[in-house]
Amino acid sequence: MAEEKKLMKGNEAIGEAAIRAGCRAYFGYPITPQNELTAYMAKNMLDKKRVFIQAESEVAAINMVYGAAATGTRTMTSSSSPGMSLKQEGISYLCGADLPAVLVNVARSGPGLGGISPGQGDYFQATRGGGHGDYYHMVFAPKSVQEAADLTYEAFDLADKWRMPAMILADGLIGQMMEGVVLPEERDLASLPEKPWAAGQGGGPRHVSSCILVPEELEAAVRVRFARYEEVRKAETRFEEVNIEKAELVFVAYGTSSRVALGAVELAKKAGMELGLFRPISLWPFPSARLAELAAKGKRFLAVEMSMGQMVEDVRLSVASSAGAGKADVQFYGRCGGVIPSEEEVLAEARRILGK
Amino acid sequence: MELTYGHPKSLKPIQTKYCPGCGHGVIHRLVCEVIDELGVQERSVIMNPVGCSIWADLYFDFDSVQVPHGRTPAGATGVKRCLPDHLVVCYQGDGDLAAIGTAEIIHAANRGEHFTGIFVNNAIYGMTGGQMAPTTLIGQKATTAPYGRDPGEAGMGYPIRVCELLATLEGTRYLARGAVNTAANTRKTKQYIKKAFEMQLRGEGFGLVEILSPCPTNWAMKPGEAVEWLEENMISFYKLGEVKNTIDAASASPATKEATR
Ligand SMILES: Cc1ncc(C[n+]2csc(CCOP(=O)(O)OP(=O)(O)O)c2C)c(N)n1
Ligand code: SF4
Ligand SMILES: [Mg+2]
Repeated sequence: MAEEKKLMKGNEAIGEAAIRAGCRAYFGYPITPQNELTAYMAKNMLDKKRVFIQAESEVAAINMVYGAAATGTRTMTSSSSPGMSLKQEGISYLCGADLPAVLVNVARSGPGLGGISPGQGDYFQATRGGGHGDYYHMVFAPKSVQEAADLTYEAFDLADKWRMPAMILADGLIGQMMEGVVLPEERDLASLPEKPWAAGQGGGPRHVSSCILVPEELEAAVRVRFARYEEVRKAETRFEEVNIEKAELVFVAYGTSSRVALGAVELAKKAGMELGLFRPISLWPFPSARLAELAAKGKRFLAVEMSMGQMVEDVRLSVASSAGAGKADVQFYGRCGGVIPSEEEVLAEARRILGK
Repeated sequence: MELTYGHPKSLKPIQTKYCPGCGHGVIHRLVCEVIDELGVQERSVIMNPVGCSIWADLYFDFDSVQVPHGRTPAGATGVKRCLPDHLVVCYQGDGDLAAIGTAEIIHAANRGEHFTGIFVNNAIYGMTGGQMAPTTLIGQKATTAPYGRDPGEAGMGYPIRVCELLATLEGTRYLARGAVNTAANTRKTKQYIKKAFEMQLRGEGFGLVEILSPCPTNWAMKPGEAVEWLEENMISFYKLGEVKNTIDAASASPATKEATR
């Protein structure tokens, strides 16, 4: 039976969803705007006699995650942009050793220390394998507190299924705001998948490592991983479409900026204009095939981001592979530095493009 | 007939990749002998560091988890917290522990994590070809200290005594320094390792055994000369023995406590 709707902060909803998904070890380091999440985990993990450590740094936290993941334990870390930069070495090792883990970035604005207001400037880092080497991992971008909880919960299953980290790329707005949320059911810990590769279960040695010094062997291992990435693309690509059929111009936006774009679609409707929204939910894998299809139908796009233009590159790459490639029109509108664009300014940009 | 001495069960019967006269192989053997004596091969995990000793999966016949350079104690923390009934061995070189991983070892020790550090001090970066380590002695040459380590004008800092540094932390229960230069010292080092592992299995807090170990290749010496150099130069600076032992008092039987009063 579904639970009652509760009013919760995004950060806390992510924490509770992780606990209900069977997260048994959490490691974090304080940073705004995700501090409520670490505090929530401290209280609730310790109450449940699960592992919680406030690590000495993000570097240590991600390596504690690596150790926990190597034992087959469901594990998570969370941080915000500067801290995610520090975690990248560890993320590369997680990917190189095929370890599942859930990583949460409640992103802020950068570069450098930047600001603590919401930002989307970590898109490249998140979707391109922000550490060294040839790899990807799943990235999901929630638009609401409900979706943040749902995606976090599911991320644990997906990470286990595909043996790779799954990242939740939220931002300061999603983390800090309060909304109604229906929380997922508590997972029965006995129902979690077996992990025959994990250390610590006896019956012969298991070695968890990302180190392969013979070039041909390493190449073969990377190719196996990339074949798996193709399967992930097929199975886990997610997006939402609003009013695409009638739209003269389609906004492409994720997370917080997709909320703004949706507002602009509604404002336009009142003014007698048909605009649409294409919202990637999985940022890796990116919903390229569907965007290419829409481009082939002659749709025009306006990417709206809280950055100087990062996801828009994926939109351009996507439509470049479509039938109507040469003609596809991809425009960009962005604010950065922690500024959230208004519905009115986004609508004004659409009007400018359409000459209306 | 009873077998009284042989190849440890936990150590695979293969030749190592280590240079002739290297201390790592001897130390691997000591770790494995103790694991066999304690009967915990099936529930041991070794954290193998980035350094010459990265090849745990080749040599050890039990589980291993290979972590980024210096992050060994953080990885060991994750493993041990999730497998509290396992013996977790955090094997580190001096670059791994005392340079890039300083924060991780200090905080793992300070939390009193229930794993055991095996700290191989060869006063040099072995794997990368002989650069200066935090433990390199003053005047000792390295590729990055071509005129010898100079804490003065060249600003190269002083050799770090890791056990003494960690001894100030309340989370540490047992810290000892041994060496593998002679049979006697090797035997003593094994006793330290055994004490530290037993303490871990009793769940009593953080322990670490530092082991002075020759690296003839990067010291540019023959194996025999390296042993002599270790004796003459390292032991006088890095004093051997138990640097901190708060377990003997606590876990000794009431009778021995009475006797030592
Ligand atoms: C992040 C990072 N920096 C540098 C290196 C290169 N590196 C590999 S081993 C090593 C030093 C190893 O020295 P030590 O820890 O003393 O171990 P030894 O080989 O002497 O046993 C270095 C610097 C690396 N692998 N990763
Ligand atoms: S380089 Fe030094 S530490 Fe490395 S295997 Fe050779 S002797 Fe041992
Ligand atoms: Mg060394």
